[in-house]
Amino acid sequence: MIRAFLALSLTVLLAAPLRAEGVPIQEVTSPGGIDAWLVEERSIPFTALEILIKGGQALDPADKRGATNLMMGLLEEGAGELDAQAFSAARDGLAASFTFDSSRDAISITARFLSENRDEALALLREALINPRFDQFALDRVREQVLSGLRSDVLDPNEMASRTLSTLGYDDSHPYAHKTEGNLESVGALTREDIVTAHRNALVKDRIYVGVAGDINAEELGVLLDDLLGDLPTSTVPLPEQTAFAAPGGVTVVDFDTPQSVALFGHSGIPRDDPDFFAAFVANQIFGGGGRQSRLSDEVREKRGLTYSVGSYIVNREYADLVIGQLASANDRIAEAIDVVKEEWARIAETGVTAEELEEAKTYMTGSYPLRFDGNGRIAGILVVMQGQGLGVEYINERNDKVNAVTLEDIERVAKRIYRPEDLRFVVVGKPQGVEAVN
Amino acid sequence: MRNFLVGLFPALMLALPAQAADVSTFSLENGMDIVVIEDHRAPVVVHMVWYRVGSADEPAGSSGIAHYLEHLMFKATDELEAGEFSDTIARNGGSDNAFTSYDYTGYFQRIAADRLELVMRMEASRMDGLALVEEDIATERDVVIEERNLRTENDAGALFNEQMRAALYLNHRYGVPIIGWKHEADSLTLEDAEAFYEAHYGPNNAILVVAGDVDPQEVLSLAQTYYGTIPANPVIVPRERTQEPPQLAERRLRYADPRIGNDYVVRSYLAPERDAGAQEKAAALTILAELLGGSPTNSVFARKLQFETQKAVYTGAWYSGQSLDDTSFGMAIVPVEGVSLDDAEAALDQAVAEFLEEGVDSEELARIKMQIRASEIYALDSASSIANRYGAALTSGLTVKDVQAWPAILDAVTEENILAAAAEVFDKRKSVTGHVRQSEEVSQ
Repeated sequence: MIRAFLALSLTVLLAAPLRAEGVPIQEVTSPGGIDAWLVEERSIPFTALEILIKGGQALDPADKRGATNLMMGLLEEGAGELDAQAFSAARDGLAASFTFDSSRDAISITARFLSENRDEALALLREALINPRFDQFALDRVREQVLSGLRSDVLDPNEMASRTLSTLGYDDSHPYAHKTEGNLESVGALTREDIVTAHRNALVKDRIYVGVAGDINAEELGVLLDDLLGDLPTSTVPLPEQTAFAAPGGVTVVDFDTPQSVALFGHSGIPRDDPDFFAAFVANQIFGGGGRQSRLSDEVREKRGLTYSVGSYIVNREYADLVIGQLASANDRIAEAIDVVKEEWARIAETGVTAEELEEAKTYMTGSYPLRFDGNGRIAGILVVMQGQGLGVEYINERNDKVNAVTLEDIERVAKRIYRPEDLRFVVVGKPQGVEAVN
Repeated sequence: MRNFLVGLFPALMLALPAQAADVSTFSLENGMDIVVIEDHRAPVVVHMVWYRVGSADEPAGSSGIAHYLEHLMFKATDELEAGEFSDTIARNGGSDNAFTSYDYTGYFQRIAADRLELVMRMEASRMDGLALVEEDIATERDVVIEERNLRTENDAGALFNEQMRAALYLNHRYGVPIIGWKHEADSLTLEDAEAFYEAHYGPNNAILVVAGDVDPQEVLSLAQTYYGTIPANPVIVPRERTQEPPQLAERRLRYADPRIGNDYVVRSYLAPERDAGAQEKAAALTILAELLGGSPTNSVFARKLQFETQKAVYTGAWYSGQSLDDTSFGMAIVPVEGVSLDDAEAALDQAVAEFLEEGVDSEELARIKMQIRASEIYALDSASSIANRYGAALTSGLTVKDVQAWPAILDAVTEENILAAAAEVFDKRKSVTGHVRQSEEVSQ
């Protein structure tokens, strides 16, 4: 689930990426009322389609954890007249690709199809979304695959760290306190009826965001949206409540026999719509977000050789905001790495950053901004993330100005809010030497 | 584990001439080759220098030196301070990194297209001007050890893969891990790094690949200015590696590690690679791997082992023909609970035997070829992935012509080609079979 943390932090970074006057975004509303953002790019005869529907695994009731995850894995296992093998053969014969995925906060559908057989590809995708079969045989087969993944997760130090931090950080009544892909017991007990219910709850028209890039125009897209999504129902299950990461500061050690300890650490963060969000975003770029150029990387990796990779991330989940960091060091070196992280966490809170650091971060952030917009698949993904965060198309023109407007004083102010060493909760998985745990 | 098959089809030009990527090639007088791929959709350029040297070219006893040197290439040069290269790239809004494989080492930057000259100037400075000092190298060796911990020591499956390769290759350096055996990587020295650098780096062992919003003639002109002035390295000679002897004895490995979540069986066969002007057998093996293990629902293994006998929760087959010397063909089965590894292995072998008997499903073959053709279109969406294909091919003994011919060669593969390639490669005397378990105790 470190991967989940990274993915979420990336969505923050990706919220930036458009070139102000380069590629135009069209706001499209279908005749049936479905909104989408489109970048028309006719030079290659295919289209990338990205759909995000908020809700996701967090919609599963406590006794049905994993239903949404398993359900999404079953959408490609037969629909309408086609069983799993016939569906897959039809899709492959068209050379289309469909990816169905789910996370804590949303489900996603990523599709790629050729212009020459667009209608057939979309008709097939529609069947998967609207009319999946959920055959018992497919359910049992895919369930075994999910269970095998869960058996591996139980022994994966990154997963263990993430799970432990979630349990420590959230009230047990909130889905965030739990592994929302489910566990061996809950997934083992899911029935076809549970899957049908999860489908009804997760695939809903009123929480949908669509990004499209490629060989299609607004009019064609309008028709496509209605055909593809028009028959989805509206939601009946409420979204989870807002919550907050509330674990007290300290260190938890999870004993696991492996040579390298994995450390995950964090505390509550800053909302995406906070007036100081951009100052926090820039501060974290300097502190731990800027790859090898960051302070954490410089202190822990470059100067001391204590890790291969260390980073910090401002994470805005749908129902909680966090500042998270991670690193991995040999069992006999992790204690020193943790000490350095704590010192840096305190140093930036106390003294902010230098004018030179701020300037370098700004040139990187504003200079890299136009570079991310290079490919239909990437563009479609970016368009969906922006919409999901409630940003307008004008954001692409304003984003670099917001970065450039951040001052040293802004960073000094926000650093005290987002780096609080006394609140920092570490989870260390491994056989760490010299690490004192409060557990 | 489905990820094994991602990117199996190096999808390139041809077939649909109107849609082919725009590729230009040049050579400098000092022997440096240049490939330029145009994509003007965004104001971005990817600049890469690939060296024809990888971990398989290391001297005995110094495993990991190619990769360690790759790390050290970010330290000081005659013109740059340690770290200045990456810092400068970042200050210009770009990103940079590097990678090491068995056959090549590559350095790349992604940056606004109008900064290409800056990047070339810096990359040229570390082609012949690396200036290592003792204080830089000790901490970086610790970083590499932590990288090995991260990628291998902490991952039971990765640890076992090292053992598999070591057993598959009796005499070739492909049996030694890229990152190095831990005891050797631990003790690499400044002298090791310098000697390797001097023996293998230079324009006559390098390929420049530039992809993005650029004009090929301007790239050539910049390359002449920055790389063209570096003299060829006289000590560089064509690569000659120790090769495999006839393999006569089947090898079987058993491994147990409490960190294994699902027991599995994996098999590797020594297999021929793509050779310049002779890619037909590799093309047949590429499609064979897709037929056996490509589709999670319609491949031979999926149909027989997951749908019919229901002995497997996962099956897979993989082959990558891009390799300077003999490569491998792999397959694996994760049995459902209650099926032993011996039974799983027998079921896998039986599925292969039945496939050889029954022949190729012509509809599935047609679907695979349709996907290959389409992948040529989808590939155009990423100039940097096309750049990778050229860089990897040209450092693995292939030519630009071979790269461009590959899709048509794949498309021409017949059932007879596939069955003949399978019969040749599936010879257990040239194989390693691994049984990987969580516990030493054999259940059932």
